[in-house]
Amino acid sequence: MSENTPEQHDHLDPALVRGLTSPRYSRAQFLRSAGAGAAGLTLSGVLAACGVSGTAATGKKQSGTDWAAWWKKQKKQGVLDFANWPLYIDTSHGQHPSLNQFHKATGITVNYSEPIQDNQSFYAKISPTLQAGQSIGYDIIVITNGWQLTELIDNGWLIPLDHSQLPNFYKYAGPLFKNPNYDPGNKYTVAWQSGFTGIGYNPKLTGREITSVQDLWDPKFKGHVGMMSDNTELGSVGLLALGIDPATSKVSDWNKAAKILQKQRNQGIVRQYYDQSYIKALENGDVWITQAWSGDIFQANASGSPDLKFVVPKEGIMHWTDNMMIPMHASHPVDALAWMNFYYQPKIAAEVADWVNYITPVPDAKQILMKSDPSVGKSPLVFPTSQMKAAAHEYYVFQNYNEYNTWNGVFNPIIQS
Amino acid sequence: MRLAVPSAAGRRGRGAPYALALPGGAWLLLFFLIPILAALSVSLQTGNPVNGFQLTWHFGEYSTAISMYGTQFVRSFEYGAISTGAAFLIAYPMAYWIAFHGGRHKSTYLFLILLPFFVSFVIRTLAWQFILSDQGFVLTTLEKAHLIPAGTHVLSTPFAVIAGLTYNALPFMVLPLYVAIEKIDRRVVRAATDLFARPATAFLRVVLPLSAPGIFAGFLLVFVTNVGDYVNASILGGPGTTMIGNIIQNSYLNDLNYPMASALSSILMAGLLIVIFLYARTFGAATLQEYASA
Repeated sequence: MSENTPEQHDHLDPALVRGLTSPRYSRAQFLRSAGAGAAGLTLSGVLAACGVSGTAATGKKQSGTDWAAWWKKQKKQGVLDFANWPLYIDTSHGQHPSLNQFHKATGITVNYSEPIQDNQSFYAKISPTLQAGQSIGYDIIVITNGWQLTELIDNGWLIPLDHSQLPNFYKYAGPLFKNPNYDPGNKYTVAWQSGFTGIGYNPKLTGREITSVQDLWDPKFKGHVGMMSDNTELGSVGLLALGIDPATSKVSDWNKAAKILQKQRNQGIVRQYYDQSYIKALENGDVWITQAWSGDIFQANASGSPDLKFVVPKEGIMHWTDNMMIPMHASHPVDALAWMNFYYQPKIAAEVADWVNYITPVPDAKQILMKSDPSVGKSPLVFPTSQMKAAAHEYYVFQNYNEYNTWNGVFNPIIQS
Repeated sequence: MRLAVPSAAGRRGRGAPYALALPGGAWLLLFFLIPILAALSVSLQTGNPVNGFQLTWHFGEYSTAISMYGTQFVRSFEYGAISTGAAFLIAYPMAYWIAFHGGRHKSTYLFLILLPFFVSFVIRTLAWQFILSDQGFVLTTLEKAHLIPAGTHVLSTPFAVIAGLTYNALPFMVLPLYVAIEKIDRRVVRAATDLFARPATAFLRVVLPLSAPGIFAGFLLVFVTNVGDYVNASILGGPGTTMIGNIIQNSYLNDLNYPMASALSSILMAGLLIVIFLYARTFGAATLQEYASA
């Protein structure tokens, strides 16, 4: 896709460029991960002629480590290998000012790269290496909360953070970002940016204001409702429509949600189950109302579609977080912590937020942006209102693969049949 | 005079042909046989990605795959067949015209056909998404001219997916057809007309049969690619147009259900092999041999 080419312009639509929580299909990408997988399957499946080894084995090995002692032994190295999503950091003339300031303040040189297009294929790419007990070559990776993150934690593939080196996180992180349900006590992760999944719509085409998740089921919008092909998003909105909190939902609730989603599909209300491309369909007018990510709508408003609106429906919105973490065997863990701590200064967080336009985990960045760039400082999509925060729901955290598999089995048929 | 009976191979030693076949053989072993065996082995394993998969000779995945995704299999073959037929109907006149009437600009025309390859496959498909969108210029113009009822949409329909498949396959159909038609001896066509065959008869009885190898190759190339495609369905399709490629991708990348993904791929491969075999038996082999012996 054309959006995959990172450009150097100052405010080039990052929303279009990164895939967020959904897979974005490009043939090369698919072949790459399929190739990596095939290689893995080949070796263990045929040459060893017995099976594909599981990921749990590595986790058990590492559970005995005394991390406090381990951290004491680590030293600053002056280098940081940082893997992030495309266009997800402040950029100016090919430089990243926040990283430059970090270099000036700490002397650490950052090798910044953007290899992460979506959680699934990136996880598929790094897991064989982590499983083999080798370094993936990055000290910080950014992963959305979800099954892949849970897996990274459960497999023991992340280094527990040394909180004594993260004073700024405790000082400045907003309450929404402390102690998340997918990583209690921020043991392994701190937020990079986050966002909401709510409803986006074009008031001209819907002809009325949208206030409820139920509006996605309105037969008047038949053939013009966009739903997400990411089954976590799809299932969660189904649960919200039933008034169930996804974070505490049960299998019986999932089945109920699947039923109403199937009905919505069978009645021809759903136009398509979209990946990131929903935003284009909304801009083109193919869909009038759709599940939407907050940052995308902000970007669309800023770049030629000022009419589009993002609403927090009365049933609530989903809150997702992209998290920084240190993968096991990272070569420069102390440098990684130094960056995490540095990033949580309001001044730095403000610089990144001003460019990226997602929700910053540092609420104090607002005062700075109110002065330097009020359009961003004032936006509830970057600094959510207390009403939005109150409406935010967390996703269900899968306890094991069987639960994940059950969820897939319940919601996949809606998207796939 | 005595003929030198020992063959060239004999003189160079018996191993020579095998040595010559070695690179090809090694290639097939490494990149074809091993992956296929691996896929078959994985499809018979049970377990989960956390605790690992063990080969248990569990054939159940196959029946689950067929009962769960039978519709998508049938749909993929259906879309594949329709798009191949459509591509043939469009490509044949193109190839025929270039071969017989292209003159000295033949290579230019072929270049024009290959030109779209300079743009990424995904981007070309995305461009169709833009062209065919509800508020796009095609549909709005047709609606204003009252040629189609208001509110018609093309995207998210089977038609859009099949059209996308046909479009993307077109060059793969034109090229083999062109090569076959180009090879036809014009004197044979002239002889047919000299023997009072009408142009249509000459075409049907002479040109068409002689271009059979091209038709055979084009059909195979396009059909096999299109049945397994997943990009068109995900970009141009909607609910009810999911193809088996999309399912395989999702089982592999999202669900991490490797046995299911492998079973689906194996079934797809087997299905394709059967179709190709029947096709070759019915049309291919005979005409190819006729062509070779002619």
